[in-house]
Amino acid sequence: MSDASFIIDEASAPRAPVAAPGDYFALLKPRVMSLVVFTALAGILLAPSAPHPFLAFASLLAIAVGAGASGALNMWYDADIDRLMTRTRRRPIPAGRLGREEALAFGLFLSVMAVFTLGLVANWLAAGLLAFTIFFYVVVYTMWLKRSTPMNIVIGGAAGALPPVVGFAAATGAVDLSSIVLFGVIFMWTPPHFWALALVKREEYGRAGIPMLPNVHGEARTRLEILAYSIALAPIGVAPYLLGFASPVYGLVALALGAALIACAVDVYLRREGERARRAAMRLFFFSIVYLSLLFMVLVVERLVALSSWLA
Amino acid sequence: MGRSEDTSERREGVVLTPEQEKSRRARNIAIGVAVALFVALFYFVTIVKLGGNVVPRAG
Repeated sequence: MSDASFIIDEASAPRAPVAAPGDYFALLKPRVMSLVVFTALAGILLAPSAPHPFLAFASLLAIAVGAGASGALNMWYDADIDRLMTRTRRRPIPAGRLGREEALAFGLFLSVMAVFTLGLVANWLAAGLLAFTIFFYVVVYTMWLKRSTPMNIVIGGAAGALPPVVGFAAATGAVDLSSIVLFGVIFMWTPPHFWALALVKREEYGRAGIPMLPNVHGEARTRLEILAYSIALAPIGVAPYLLGFASPVYGLVALALGAALIACAVDVYLRREGERARRAAMRLFFFSIVYLSLLFMVLVVERLVALSSWLA
Repeated sequence: MGRSEDTSERREGVVLTPEQEKSRRARNIAIGVAVALFVALFYFVTIVKLGGNVVPRAG
């Protein structure tokens, strides 16, 4: 063997680290994480007795890190298809700033830390639910459903809907109807939200081989299902008032937002061609974000007001 | 003698660019801050959980 065989060229040399802390932070999907924090906070505040503020903060932090860890594991597994879509190709792995193995190690480490921290800070029911949420998002949704069925985001939506249940369990050590109703709101909200985007990004999803509803069953069926889910969602959005754990103000806001959401869905159903159809779908996509954010904001604000007047 | 010497010499040839060194330093600082915050979190959680059970011993 000649000495030449020992030459380490650039390609085979150990890869030098280039990822900055910001790249690791991007792995956590901060925007998704902020929605998780918000909905989990609503779950915590639904507790009949006020939790200790610091323990509530620590629980929320653990839930946020758990959600971020799911995002990192999702980016680890989906790096191949993230390269194919404009929406995701600038993520740290497809952009070449971070290796897949680093994302996997980072995600696994944070998952374990988040679950054990929540168990020690709050209780093991909440920790178990957080572990289940991470498992459901990474294994059931990302690894299994996402690439195999157009019902991917319907069933997978359960992972995104669980944070209020985890938050409530962290604050009370139990699961009750109020947290399950919030689960229902997010669960029914997920399909119209993502299918509106899928109508616009149909070609990209097709290129990446993801069987979204418009690619598998066509746009007409998707528009009908968006309308059906929106009509089903509106009354569930009002349920917190009807069941007595939100004020009439919340009830009115939920009613108005539900009507507006259905109007957007009707628009998507009716406008089927060209730029108008694309605009209607994007309007529904963005309005659905406003819908969920406002519902939970009203819920959070009125619970905080009630808590502050109770403490005063 | 020749082989091991050659290998080590060439491995030393992998030099980080200033940008990579900057990223590594930033990562080290971020890990340090995260560990410090984690320790502080558990310190305060312990204090809160012990709460009124910590009382000065008389005598």
